[in-house]
Amino acid sequence: MSGVDPERWEVVIGLEVHAELSTRTKLFSSATAEFGGEPNTHIDPLTLGLPGSLPVLNARAVELAVRVGLALGCTVQRSVFARKNYFYPDQPKNYQISQYDLPINVDGSLELPSGQVVGIERAHLEEDTGKSTHIGGGGRIHEARHSLVDLNRAGVPLLEIVGRPDLRSADEARAYVAELRAVLVAVGASDGKMEEGSLRVDCNVSVRPRGSAELGTRCEIKNINSLRSLGRAIDAEAARQVALVEAGERVVQETRHWDEDDGRTHTLRSKEEADDYRYFPDPDLVEVDCDPVWVEEVRASLPLLPAARRARLVERSGASRPHAAIVCERNLDDLCLAALDAGADPERVVNHAVHNLADERAVGLDPAAFAALVAMEVDGTLTATQAKTVLAELVAAGGGDPAELAAAHGFEAMDTSELEGLVDGLIAEHPEEWQRYVEGDPRIAGFFVGRVMKATQGKADGRVVTALLDARRG
Amino acid sequence: MSSRSALPSTPVAPATVLAAAVRSGERTALDVLEEHLARISDHEVDVHAFNLVLEDRARESAAAVDARVAAGGDPGPLAGVPVALKDNLCTRGVATTCSSRILEGWEPPYDATVVQRLAAAGAVVVGKTNLDEFAMGSSTEHSATGPTRNPHDLDRVPGGSSGGSAAAVAAGFAPVALGSDTGGSIRQPAALCGVVGVKPTYGLVSRLGLVAFASSLDQVGPFAATVADAALVCEVVGGHDPGDSTSLPQDFPRVLAHLDDGVEGMRIGLVTEMLGEGIAVDVAARVRAAAEALTAAGAEVEEVSIPAVTYGLSAYYLVAPAEASSNLARYDGVRYGRRVDAPTAGEMMVATRTAGFGDEVKRRIVLGTYALSAGYYDAFYGKALRVRTLIREEFDAAYERLDALISPASPTTAFAFGDKTADPVQMYLNDVCTIPSNLAGHPALSVPFGVGDDGLPVGVQVMAPALGEVAAFRVAAVLESVAPSAGAPS
Repeated sequence: MSGVDPERWEVVIGLEVHAELSTRTKLFSSATAEFGGEPNTHIDPLTLGLPGSLPVLNARAVELAVRVGLALGCTVQRSVFARKNYFYPDQPKNYQISQYDLPINVDGSLELPSGQVVGIERAHLEEDTGKSTHIGGGGRIHEARHSLVDLNRAGVPLLEIVGRPDLRSADEARAYVAELRAVLVAVGASDGKMEEGSLRVDCNVSVRPRGSAELGTRCEIKNINSLRSLGRAIDAEAARQVALVEAGERVVQETRHWDEDDGRTHTLRSKEEADDYRYFPDPDLVEVDCDPVWVEEVRASLPLLPAARRARLVERSGASRPHAAIVCERNLDDLCLAALDAGADPERVVNHAVHNLADERAVGLDPAAFAALVAMEVDGTLTATQAKTVLAELVAAGGGDPAELAAAHGFEAMDTSELEGLVDGLIAEHPEEWQRYVEGDPRIAGFFVGRVMKATQGKADGRVVTALLDARRG
Repeated sequence: MSSRSALPSTPVAPATVLAAAVRSGERTALDVLEEHLARISDHEVDVHAFNLVLEDRARESAAAVDARVAAGGDPGPLAGVPVALKDNLCTRGVATTCSSRILEGWEPPYDATVVQRLAAAGAVVVGKTNLDEFAMGSSTEHSATGPTRNPHDLDRVPGGSSGGSAAAVAAGFAPVALGSDTGGSIRQPAALCGVVGVKPTYGLVSRLGLVAFASSLDQVGPFAATVADAALVCEVVGGHDPGDSTSLPQDFPRVLAHLDDGVEGMRIGLVTEMLGEGIAVDVAARVRAAAEALTAAGAEVEEVSIPAVTYGLSAYYLVAPAEASSNLARYDGVRYGRRVDAPTAGEMMVATRTAGFGDEVKRRIVLGTYALSAGYYDAFYGKALRVRTLIREEFDAAYERLDALISPASPTTAFAFGDKTADPVQMYLNDVCTIPSNLAGHPALSVPFGVGDDGLPVGVQVMAPALGEVAAFRVAAVLESVAPSAGAPS
């Protein structure tokens, strides 16, 4: 919908994702890091920025940061916390403790389900700010009558993951965030809930004439609250920039605010208005230098990551990339592999997982029962339709004997000779329709199969019937 | 000199003696306290050492100490010893002002670690002492509560920024006090008030609950009338604190056990750069006399050049204001302390800070903000950090041959009120001898050694390598034992 002519323009996107880490306490104090709560109850002297309070680094936050870093193939390095100085009412110390020139994780990458590899520049630790609610004046601080500050979130650990500008479309950007989220959840670092703000995305967009190697002037878009708005914001911003350039104007580097309601981005502040953050190493903290032995222990404790799981499924089952992505996203890859181990037909296993196992309970399905069901389908005991019915019941019950369930429905195998008689009878009864079938009239294709199904009350295998008809057509 | 107005001299018992008497039941803590409260009542009006005297709380604490003793318990090594706390150390439920209007009305919900440790050792807090606002100054003239006067001459400054604590000990209001030292704020007022003042190795004493000025330089330490009392307080308040990330994982060195070791065989350097230009001739003479006394006591003393210390002042006035500009950003009227209302949040912050901070604090915030600005960081802050490294390296090189260094603690004796307030640089030069130890993170102390031509106390600074407190205290103990008497107001 972007309105940007892809033949002429290339959109370049780089994302900065802030993930709240799932620690019990805050990044530098023992106040609870739990989401929500009555305003200003998850606090302590440090959260309030009281005089004399000092930060002490949360070791669990470092471990989670390293888990994510390693999962993204980053190098874990000696890191230093710095102060980012700016005044804002929900920033209790009026500086944010972040990592600046020496972040804990550098130089990684993320492989998307499409196979595209996106570079990761860095993934660093920092503390979250509080939340301001501006009352009156349309909710903007400058026009507000007064502002309310809730510091429950202040000091909650964040990992800021800075991606390289390797993305070229809204679809790619959405796929990147979805994949990053899957990695964060897989390693236990974050719950990845965009709606609770535990995953927040800032988006840098620029455009350039296709074929150009030079990057255009970028704008940073804030206030993106869902994958859907991410896509919309990128398309809208790219269209805005292309329109500017085509009109002979220049794109101005600035931070822009995505407005969900009017579907446009609006100037928040220009580069000239940007704060000078006056970064310097935080003298209240010491550098973090992780023991390489410990880092290797963390690496060894990582689960198999989404990309590796997809690759494994593709290799074992021959599934297509998109199918493997769906199966892994549903966490059904282990089930599928176990069914394969039990001798099930790979193609049917993957097909079921993609088309018939959207039910969340499918994760708990007994692989042996799944394999047995697929076997019945392969040997013609059950038709595809019958198999689907039985499979749903297996999922609902978590397992069972597919043969018994099939019998309970009265699903029995139709003898091919029985079907042959039926087919021959129908051809004799409907010579005109048969003639059209032989001539390949698409409108008549379902006629004979439908009649057979009706006569057999659905017990016949549609594919067998088609094969019999085709054999008779010559 | 004869016209000088000084407090009457009063014999003051050291903390070690008082604690022993209270622990043995010979004296009660209440009795000891009342004696000091009486002295405060008589002379505080002249000195203004305190922002707040805590008579009632102190009596409660003393009674609790006496109850421990009566029950056969041991209240600890500072049993019943009155202590004064610089008013930038947090005290639970007691106003902590940093002598600034901006903290008006704020009471910390916690005690600083050092305050907890004093209480656990049986000490009795008598009050919160005056300081240059947020510890920025060398005369205690930059205080929102007015200046503190030097007990040796009420027309002169006590030094700063811990002038209130130094004056409290010199006036006999408390045998010991705590201060904080960022660029000399313990040692310089100790010298000017004729008491012992110690800045320990950075990281040996917890900063948790010390209101930050410049975090990489700030260190808490004691004032005392005797070297032994200072050593005792160091051992009580020092040692690892998991609540301070920069705290070293060890106990305070066992200095008390080595006070009588003497200096026989020690190698001591007299720092050339701290005896020449900018140092008053009479003060330099006292320091040379101290060197001779150490030689007489069996030490080998030689002059040593540490050229990088001449850059100390410049580097300090980039590093300290830079950190201060960030540390003091939290005083914005949003959550605590003074608030000056205005139509918008931003205007409220500006109005609050404009009304709440004094001129010297504002000057340093501006300096520090500038030093950290984009495009200037490398030229200013970055270069200052390199100078810091250079100073530490030159000190360390000297300490390969030498056990300790000596110098003046202050370039002059106590000066008159208003003498240096007009020219900030003249004021800053007070700390030229003390700043290098803060930049290096090394321990240093000031011990009284006679008087200058004006009859006012001179302090000799003893410096040592990181964790070299034992060497510094050995030297100090010898100087104390041979010093011409000037410890108490005369």
